[in-house]
Amino acid sequence: MTRAFIALVSKDLKLFFTDRRAVVLSLVAPIAIGSFFGYIFNGDGDRTEIGRVQVLVVDEDRSPISQDLVAQLKADAALEVTLATPVEAREAVRRAQAAVAVELPPRFGADAAGAFFGGRARKKAEVRLLYDPSRATEASMVQGILVGHVMQSVSKEMFTGPTGRAAIGDALTQLERDTTMRPDERGALQDLLRGAGRWNDTSRAAGSGGAGGGLTIPFDVKKEAMTSRRGVPYNGYAHSFAGMGVQFVLFMAIEMGLGLLLQQRDGLWRRLRAAPLSRGVLLGARSVSTALQSLFILFFMFLFARVVFGVRVDGSLAGFIGIAVAFSLMTASFGLLIAGLGRTPEGTRALSIVATLVLVMLGGAWVPTFVFPQWLQKLTVVVPTRWAVDGLDATTWRGLGFSSVAWPIVFLLGTAMICGSLAVARFRWDAD
Amino acid sequence: MYDINGLTKRYGNVVAADGVSFRADEGEAIGLLGPNGAGKTTTVSMIAGLLRPDAGEVLIAGRPLCGDTDPIKREIGLVTQDIALVADLSALDNLLFFAALYDLDRPTARRAAADALDLVGLADRARHKVRTFSGGMKRRLNLAAALLHDPRILLLDEPIVGVDPQSRNAIFDNLETLKRRGKTLLYTTHYMEEAERLCDRVVIIDHGKVIADDTLQGLYRLLPASNLLSIELEDREGRVDLEQLRALPPVKTVEFANGALRIGVSDLAAATPFVLQWLVDHGHRYRHAVTERADLETVFLSLTGRTLRDR
Repeated sequence: MTRAFIALVSKDLKLFFTDRRAVVLSLVAPIAIGSFFGYIFNGDGDRTEIGRVQVLVVDEDRSPISQDLVAQLKADAALEVTLATPVEAREAVRRAQAAVAVELPPRFGADAAGAFFGGRARKKAEVRLLYDPSRATEASMVQGILVGHVMQSVSKEMFTGPTGRAAIGDALTQLERDTTMRPDERGALQDLLRGAGRWNDTSRAAGSGGAGGGLTIPFDVKKEAMTSRRGVPYNGYAHSFAGMGVQFVLFMAIEMGLGLLLQQRDGLWRRLRAAPLSRGVLLGARSVSTALQSLFILFFMFLFARVVFGVRVDGSLAGFIGIAVAFSLMTASFGLLIAGLGRTPEGTRALSIVATLVLVMLGGAWVPTFVFPQWLQKLTVVVPTRWAVDGLDATTWRGLGFSSVAWPIVFLLGTAMICGSLAVARFRWDAD
Repeated sequence: MYDINGLTKRYGNVVAADGVSFRADEGEAIGLLGPNGAGKTTTVSMIAGLLRPDAGEVLIAGRPLCGDTDPIKREIGLVTQDIALVADLSALDNLLFFAALYDLDRPTARRAAADALDLVGLADRARHKVRTFSGGMKRRLNLAAALLHDPRILLLDEPIVGVDPQSRNAIFDNLETLKRRGKTLLYTTHYMEEAERLCDRVVIIDHGKVIADDTLQGLYRLLPASNLLSIELEDREGRVDLEQLRALPPVKTVEFANGALRIGVSDLAAATPFVLQWLVDHGHRYRHAVTERADLETVFLSLTGRTLRDR
């Protein structure tokens, strides 16, 4: 029985490796797609051009404040700023050539300066943000950046520029006329404005800008990517190769299942069945050979990713191997289940491809599951492909230990057992 | 060597095998003859253990065949109707693979493969991929693959379908060799020439039922005449007195169609001059005359009213 089992597995492997074109294709396709997804999902984590948002800026004001604001926006590393006319800006956003356009209308600077010290009574300056609704996230990001730069530009002008000097004088005049304010409050505010005016005069006389940076956001954000260890950047290829590996290994399972259905129609299957072999040996050997082919594909992909993109198994190597083996076995038994439930190869192909794509999609193989809505994230914890993708992520770029993948391995093996048992029970042996 | 008792298999309302029974002694060659769809392959599948019968049993050397792993299956070699080979492996690798399924160790498997390749005349192509073989060569290798574990029973399910005459003769030579070596053969076909050449006994099956089971001689005895004398007359209208002709002592049957007489006779040597002289004496001139031996086709026609191949 053992000799027969080994012969069956060897035969399948020999056939797999004999067809060199098929082997190359089964490796090239997932590697190519994995590389593509890895690149667009932040690649090796060092590139910044991916995060730069294209912004068109329309400056109809041409005031010192608006010009300083444009200069600050241009200097921002997160933005790629181009000046445009109002018409150009609208057309470009409508045609998806830019995600966001910022319009600074006439009197933007004057209104902003007036409102800075003028309280609620003064009309606020208005900034129009035109955005592509399919890229609302980028619009929110630009809005946040814009607030910081507007505060900095306006405050800078208030404390150092002629517009600020005029605004302070205007505010003091308004204050003199204001009869609603208590005298002590009015006096305190007048002192504050006169102090700001003196600071403005001093700064202009010195020609340095003084505190001249203007008001700034009073904190700096220190970002730290929580990868395997401090200083190791996130490598997007690790996730994309895990996802594409899972997807293509599942496709291999479909082929295996359909192959079994097709084999039932030919003489070879009759000859195999005529030998004194149990059903477990016949199907088990097929599962093992498929699992070995799957493992080969997964390991080759990650070897490629290691050499070309620097993807490392920074966590438990045993966990990585455990996930790969368990998922390969689960995949093979999934293929058996396809053969067990299917009636004809033709009818089964479309159904099994849909089932596989759903498994792949919900498993986070295309995009990480954290972008899913919360309810979907909770739902997908029962999807085996997610255990595989999360497990591979955990042992590669997250750098986690074996304990983090122990349960996923158990679940994958359990699923393999269930699928395998169902397949053996449902397989149509009496094919004549 | 084997006993088939009342094998029945139904697919819904269709009865593929209906109480099929026959037996074979060691070294005997049985022909299972019937038209397409008669139930031959279903019967062979049940004997080989591929198909579970709804009723009946298969006894191999007196023991019932039970389950997939029954060691008694080692006594059976199956030559399938379809080519059962791995096209991308060499002939030798195919045979080593099939030998391993019967748990033959490597040296034994190599010896068995070499013997089988010698028998079917493919020793010089052992290392060639099956994909490169002609149809006839594949058929020969298909036979070799069933011999590796030295089975005592060979089930041959239409093993020469679509084969050129040269390869067919080669395979028949192989089968005759195997028969001489004492193998028990069950040969299914709807070509009576094949059964007549190889088989000691013929089981005729139709609509899943055995309608005859006898030696060739026994089956021919079922016919009213063992030979046919066909005579084409110059006068195609033929005003032959068929009743008078039928009354002649050596004549068993008489038919007239398309200007030709078909006369069934038992003793061809005695009847031929007698009939020809009778025609001359009664003013009938003939263009030519041929004799035919009654065959299994005739037997099948006689038993069912249909021909074997016109289905």
